[in-house]
Amino acid sequence: MGGFGAEIVAKYNYWIYVLLMMIGFYAMIAKRNLVKKLLGMNIFQTAIILMFVSAGVKHGAAIPILDKHEVLEHGVHAASVVNPLPHVLMLTAIVVSVSVTGVALAIMQRIYRRYGTLEEDEILEKIGE
Amino acid sequence: MTGEQMSKAGTSGIIVEMAVRIATPFIQLFGMYVIAHGHYSPGGGFQGGVILGSAFILLGIAFNQEMALRYFSERVNSILGSSGALIYVGTAVVCALLGGLFLDYSALDRVLPLGPVEWRSMGIFVVELGVGLAVMSIMTSLFWDLGSGGDLEKGL
Amino acid sequence: MRSLAFIAVFVTGALLLYGTRDFPAWGDPAAPAAQHVSPTYIEKSVEQTHVPNIVTAVLGDYRGYDTMFETVVIYCAGIVVIGALRNWRDEE
Repeated sequence: MGGFGAEIVAKYNYWIYVLLMMIGFYAMIAKRNLVKKLLGMNIFQTAIILMFVSAGVKHGAAIPILDKHEVLEHGVHAASVVNPLPHVLMLTAIVVSVSVTGVALAIMQRIYRRYGTLEEDEILEKIGE
Repeated sequence: MTGEQMSKAGTSGIIVEMAVRIATPFIQLFGMYVIAHGHYSPGGGFQGGVILGSAFILLGIAFNQEMALRYFSERVNSILGSSGALIYVGTAVVCALLGGLFLDYSALDRVLPLGPVEWRSMGIFVVELGVGLAVMSIMTSLFWDLGSGGDLEKGL
Repeated sequence: MRSLAFIAVFVTGALLLYGTRDFPAWGDPAAPAAQHVSPTYIEKSVEQTHVPNIVTAVLGDYRGYDTMFETVVIYCAGIVVIGALRNWRDEE
């Protein structure tokens, strides 16, 4: 296996997340419908969450739930457990993404009630009138 | 009943209703298990709260919103959610008042001497309980408000 | 307009793909993310908190502030949804 093959095996997960992020980013800036923009933002957030979680992986390591008595007696080797910090950070990021989605949907319902549409250009036209 | 008749009557059929009646207590039990076992298995306040909230969302989908609100009124929901956030902040403030740092659970040792390290474990549980209550209430209220457009009458 | 969006997306994607050249390989135990503070948490958290699940220990104890304001954030989101959707004015 050449240098590029090793590179693919080592980093293909990050490339997939970049691809997911591009899909979400495109939906956010090119789509006219506000719900589609919101879906794009959710895809974007998912890509970032996946990237952080996969940054915590170690080869051959166990999940970060230890045996209390064994650890208190013998201690634990850091390389044998995956990095728990990205998991914690992404747990809170998922909650924020749910809150953001909820508030955005509420505001969209409000916009629909007032302007009767969720298409961005039609809303802009009606604001201009 | 055809689909149109069902949506007019506001029900989703007897099979779905009976299944939801049977499943709801188990979903709630599982949610409480996930919250309580956050120390020993994957889980914790956020995850368990979402499972508990999904039980009420299931009630709202299978029956209608009135039925769900009869079992779990909005008043109770908002009281539970506020008390969840209050439990978290209250624990932190009690720790500070007892002479520790803000959110330093080992200060609670002065109330009930279990040992500072054991109190850090217990403090995490109390805090997770607060998070679980708040998340359950907010998930339920998000669904009720977004599904009914804010009037809490018809629902999805 | 659409081609402009495509260009922006592909330029961003290409920059990020170029950035992954410096990333550590997937699952590398010697990656910088696994070297700085996480060994301390893994080795000390059970001893200091008696919680076997490190994620819960970090979430509830070491990063207690973060989780507290996280709860406040979702609480605020619930209040905002109620405030934005209810028809306060129609009741008068």
